[in-house]
Amino acid sequence: MQESYYQRAISKGINRRDFLKICTATAAMLGLGANAVPKIANALETNQRMPVIYLNLQECTCCTESFIRTGHPLASDLILNLISLDYIDVLQAAAGDHAEEAKMKTMKDFHNNYLLVVEGSVPLGADGVYCTIGGKTSRSVLEEAAAGAVAVIAYGTCATDGCVQGAAPNPTEAVPVHEIIKDKPVIKVPGCPPIAEVITGTIVHYLTFGTLPELTPQGRPKAFYQHRIHDTCNRRGFFDMGLFVEEFDDEGAKKGWCLFKMGCRGPSTFNACAITGWNEGTSYPIKSGHPCLGCSEDKFFDKGSFYSALPGNFPARIPNEDTSNINLRKGVIGVAAGAVAGAAGGAVATAAVLANKKSKKIYIDDISEIDELKNKDISG
Amino acid sequence: MATKRIVIGPVTRVEGHLRVEAVVEDNKIIDAISAGTVFRGIEIILKGRDPRDAWAFVQRICGVCTHTHALASIRCVEDALKIEIPKNANIIRNIMAAAQDVHDHTNHFYLLHALDWVDVISALKADPVQTSSIAASISDWPLNSANYFKDIQTKVKNFVESGQLGIFANGYWGHPAYRLPPEVNLLGVAHYIEALNWQKEIVKIHAVFGGKNPHPNYVVGGVPVSINLNDYNVINMERLNLVKSKIDEAKTFVDQVLIPDILAIAGFYKNDLWGGGLSNYMSYGDFPMTSINEPDSFLIPRGIVLDRDLTQVHDIDLQDPKQIQEFVSHAWYRQDDKEAGLHPWEGKTEPQYDGPKPPYDKLDETKGYSWSKAPRWQGKPMEVGPLARIVVAYAKGNKEIKELVDTSLRKLNLPVEALFSTLGRTLARALETQYRTKVLVRLYDDLIANIKAGDTSTFNKEKWDPENWPSEAQGVGFCEAPRGALGHWIKIKDGKIDNYQTVVPTTWNASPRDANQQHGAYEASMIDTPLANPEQPLEVLRTIHSFDPCIACATHLLDPQGKELAVVKTKK
Repeated sequence: MQESYYQRAISKGINRRDFLKICTATAAMLGLGANAVPKIANALETNQRMPVIYLNLQECTCCTESFIRTGHPLASDLILNLISLDYIDVLQAAAGDHAEEAKMKTMKDFHNNYLLVVEGSVPLGADGVYCTIGGKTSRSVLEEAAAGAVAVIAYGTCATDGCVQGAAPNPTEAVPVHEIIKDKPVIKVPGCPPIAEVITGTIVHYLTFGTLPELTPQGRPKAFYQHRIHDTCNRRGFFDMGLFVEEFDDEGAKKGWCLFKMGCRGPSTFNACAITGWNEGTSYPIKSGHPCLGCSEDKFFDKGSFYSALPGNFPARIPNEDTSNINLRKGVIGVAAGAVAGAAGGAVATAAVLANKKSKKIYIDDISEIDELKNKDISG
Repeated sequence: MATKRIVIGPVTRVEGHLRVEAVVEDNKIIDAISAGTVFRGIEIILKGRDPRDAWAFVQRICGVCTHTHALASIRCVEDALKIEIPKNANIIRNIMAAAQDVHDHTNHFYLLHALDWVDVISALKADPVQTSSIAASISDWPLNSANYFKDIQTKVKNFVESGQLGIFANGYWGHPAYRLPPEVNLLGVAHYIEALNWQKEIVKIHAVFGGKNPHPNYVVGGVPVSINLNDYNVINMERLNLVKSKIDEAKTFVDQVLIPDILAIAGFYKNDLWGGGLSNYMSYGDFPMTSINEPDSFLIPRGIVLDRDLTQVHDIDLQDPKQIQEFVSHAWYRQDDKEAGLHPWEGKTEPQYDGPKPPYDKLDETKGYSWSKAPRWQGKPMEVGPLARIVVAYAKGNKEIKELVDTSLRKLNLPVEALFSTLGRTLARALETQYRTKVLVRLYDDLIANIKAGDTSTFNKEKWDPENWPSEAQGVGFCEAPRGALGHWIKIKDGKIDNYQTVVPTTWNASPRDANQQHGAYEASMIDTPLANPEQPLEVLRTIHSFDPCIACATHLLDPQGKELAVVKTKK
């Protein structure tokens, strides 16, 4: 899939003697002695783990924490066997200039051949002083590392949308990665944090197939963000039957009914929670009794209280005539019109069931279309 | 005398970005300042929001101690609105807190701190047979055969010889301040890998009760999950069994891996007793057995020890406007009287940067030099965290803690004063982890007993509806986070947040100087640290990591005259 270190070095005009000097220096740095030099040379000539630079910008490190929770591959396999994690300030042994040197070396030696993973947003306010790393603004750190990256993964909602620090009034003017890096692919892997196996799945897809995964119109891997949580929710049956939790720990809660009325954002959130599950499938928020916060969606902190049911105009009050405005697309996500008519009147259970009988499918493959509907003043 | 200024920026293996600059004279650090360089403005963002939502915002302050800000937040709202939570909710929150501590502390030791003590490259020289006999002599952990260690050694060797060193590149390998023999280094490397793969297990407890980890879910008034032994999507026997199995695994891992490792490593470092720093230790206390309003029921006691005097424990009142105050004399915030200390209920968070324009080589410590404020208790700087909790509990005569501490100090042949050091801080964290696993077992039994007694309630709905709230209220919520005393102060007006201030553990520990030029805990602990090789300041990393820093910081040092010295970048 890739050139080896040696091939790359040769293509840059480094001769065999210089290459062996690099190997000797590496061996000396590790205190390994001369007999390790041929082994290092052989490894660099034949094998290659994909170099990865992982930046932590304006964030809370939940994404790094999630990253190491990965069950398949195991974190140790990922770090020791699959990739060469050349810079990740949360985990790496080296500090300060020595850490920066390791990063610069990878950026130079593997120009256009390393993957850049970015956790965190970039605060532009006050000329970038709200987040400086080693005296540099986070913007310059990002731009520098992105310049030679083969692709950039914006990992987590901070990186894809600004997340909590980007919530109104966004005092630090936090912006996502794609607003800074515009000249190369930025794959969005949103979530606060994303599921461990979703980020490692995205990375290993690239390692294994040598291509970026197919993306949704929003730039997210289809394999994990194509469907709404609502579509595969294990409480979905209760939604369709109109059986709802009305308050925490009520009778419905004790029976595991639908959390729609508790403010659940599952119907407007595209993520793999209900399929892949969290912590190796142990659970996910809705399964454990709390409404979905919608953490993979843009501006999820600015969409009203987490405990208010989705606004009356979604999905409850989409008038029939408006459904015609929704594009019908192939291979996409179904929203039962029963739900649409259902929540509207209050007599949810009956309405939902009745409406289901004459349900007309609405197909939506992009959350922005839902937002569009919400923004339309159709509350009347 | 030759003084030299060294720079480590960023300090890695911390949450956030840390920068340390140290002035060294005769291979010893003589002064320090510490500065946080990230600001996110979450307190500003919270104004006008629904107090019931606040936990989700402030939880995102930290994804490492992902449970703690959410807990402090729901507790401050419950304090303001006078909400008592059901017994099951209290037990479940305590289980989540203990699981958080076990996860966080174990992760910290192996993934963030071990490489300050364990030389990975030295492990390649080890005799696996000897490592095996050392392992068998200190622990019953079954992964201890010579073949097992040989296999680990081969893996590491292949990794190193690949020439792609990844996270191990450019470490200070071979540094004279590494004191372990190759065989113990190999043991440490093996357990580093085991811990990396084990840590994902204990947090499954968070997934059961909170749906996911990091960032599990919480609710004001109780816990979101219901208990019903005869249904699913709720806590039933299968879920409880999962929790129990993770508790048992955690206890085994901590008893058989973490504790023997720490004691073995400490044995080789027991003469390195620098890094004590401040002499004041503070714990708000936590793990209420009845109610958060009854500190006498806390398993982790509350109190303050001053000047390392273990004969006296002072009380704390989080509501008293004169006790806990934050100062901004050296921080980048606007305040009419820059020298005045404000209690968090009166606190303000108005950023006003007057530091250097990036990219910069150094900050100007005569002005503001940090996004971190300087919290003080009655004007005094405090160390918070595992060591502070252990010291307070010890001084209060807590039997279980005292026994844990005395037993391990006896094994190491060290006096109790040895706790006041970098090594002591690391030992305290491990002992606390062991105590938490015992607590987990007890809490699980409590939960089962309560369910058995017929109580399945997990939520108090009385004050859920804002219509039942007073037009104005204020509250304080606190907990003992893995890194120390955490407090959230809220003011509610007409159902919305009017003011919200957090004082986090790392703000205490990483605090800049105050108006009286008193150092914070990091600064104080670096002073007098000896450096075997100032160009590879391993000992500074060890001390800073012993606090488990959790925000982005930067630290500068001055020469004794307060004069800036030329910056000399460290070289390999």
